[in-house]
Amino acid sequence: MNRTAILAISLTLTAAAAGAQTTAAPAPERTAQLVRMVRQDCGSCHGMQLTGGLGPALTREALVAKPPEYLAAVITHGIPGTPMPPWSALLTPGEAQWIAQQLANGFPEERKQSR
Amino acid sequence: MKRRSLLSLTAGASLLAGGCAATKTPPATAATDAVQGTGDIGVVIERAAGALTLVNTSRREAIGRVQGLGDLSHASVVFSRDARYAFVFGRDGGLTRVDMLQQRITHRVMQAGNSIGGAISADGRLVVAQNYQPGGIKVFDAATLELLADVPATMPGGERSRVVGLADLPQHRFIYSLFDAEAICIADCSNPRQPRITTLQGIGRQPYDALLSPNGRHYIAGLFGEDGLAMVDLWEEQPRARRILGGYGRGEKPLPVYKMPHLRGWAMAGGRAFLPAIGRHEVLVVDTSTWAEVGRIPVAGQPVFVMARPDGRQVWVNFSVPDYNRVQVIDTVSQRVVQTIEPGKAVLHMEFTPRGESVWISCRDDNRVQVYDTHTRELQASLAVDAPSGIFFTARAQRMGF
Repeated sequence: MNRTAILAISLTLTAAAAGAQTTAAPAPERTAQLVRMVRQDCGSCHGMQLTGGLGPALTREALVAKPPEYLAAVITHGIPGTPMPPWSALLTPGEAQWIAQQLANGFPEERKQSR
Repeated sequence: MKRRSLLSLTAGASLLAGGCAATKTPPATAATDAVQGTGDIGVVIERAAGALTLVNTSRREAIGRVQGLGDLSHASVVFSRDARYAFVFGRDGGLTRVDMLQQRITHRVMQAGNSIGGAISADGRLVVAQNYQPGGIKVFDAATLELLADVPATMPGGERSRVVGLADLPQHRFIYSLFDAEAICIADCSNPRQPRITTLQGIGRQPYDALLSPNGRHYIAGLFGEDGLAMVDLWEEQPRARRILGGYGRGEKPLPVYKMPHLRGWAMAGGRAFLPAIGRHEVLVVDTSTWAEVGRIPVAGQPVFVMARPDGRQVWVNFSVPDYNRVQVIDTVSQRVVQTIEPGKAVLHMEFTPRGESVWISCRDDNRVQVYDTHTRELQASLAVDAPSGIFFTARAQRMGF
């Protein structure tokens, strides 16, 4: 959590420095939704364990050579010519950056919801 | 496995020792207490828990649970022809044979790093898995899950292609498409240890899934990389792929496809095929005698499953995120959406009962399976299931291409 908070702050600072718009790091309730979205919806191509499928693996090891900025750009704009769609209609730039950073760190597990 | 057989041994022993005394029966053998058929049962994948919920479609209730099937985040199921065993293909390459009557795993192998589904031969002897990693198919003895053949999907450069759209054909043949290689392959497994492969090249870019018509004559692969589908008439002397619905997007900018549609589970009804468009919120209608487009039906999102009720009167459609809280019902006579229902959050799959009077719908984020009367569209039952995805009823055992 601490590390996440620090990351979030540094991301916000970076974003502020870069003058980007709506790149604020997401609030905690939203991050829980984003974790679920990545595990469940991105998981339909990348696997719930992010070990790959139609899309490549998104584990920390698999992404070592990919900087978070690159990952954020892929999330936002997609990769033309492949099934990776642009997610900009569903995610703000700040949310894409947050997801990218989490992927680079090893993506968090979903916390089990009570039923 | 071992523990379970020990358990059933113990249960047997205590029954012998105690006569008819009502001893605590372990769950593994509970189902064998009463004689029962399998025509009205099925399985629901619990994608997060790596388990199956067994269901009875007459009583509309859960009748058991089998755990320990690995990563089922993309899982599919085929059934033995006696509809007693379910073969479950997991994302992580696990292939598991489940005895639905005894509610236990009989065999399990890790056969690949990343798998997408499978098929079973008409005589029930061969089970074939289609794999992304390593790209290819594998042929197994259905009784033992012994590996009989490993058929890599090799491209001209030596790299391997991901395999999609596997379906069973008569005479121990299996047909599948290569996502990375613009090809459709037919594997003749009459000698299952040495399949003979026929490859149709240049079928179109990035086939993502396929369907087999109910009579096994037409194999249709959807193309992600271009507007159109590839169709093979398997009754021709020399089957070849031809393009149908070329350019259905008419050059318009496609909408983002957040989830790839699934074609298995055909929607063919009254001389028409109903197919999901890619990157368009439409269901395409094709005349199955001319294979020309005869209509397109606007729907609520990117279609994922477009499935005909067994009698063909209705087609039910579900959608990708973010429109996946809805399901739409198309009347095939008027070719219009006649109803939009909201069964719950994150609808992933639908399965009709064998004659189609009910449809079961999995709502992943509500941890619910909802059962609707397809005629009145009234809710008939609601079952609590942990993150349900695929629903598979044993009637599939009697269908080609399922």
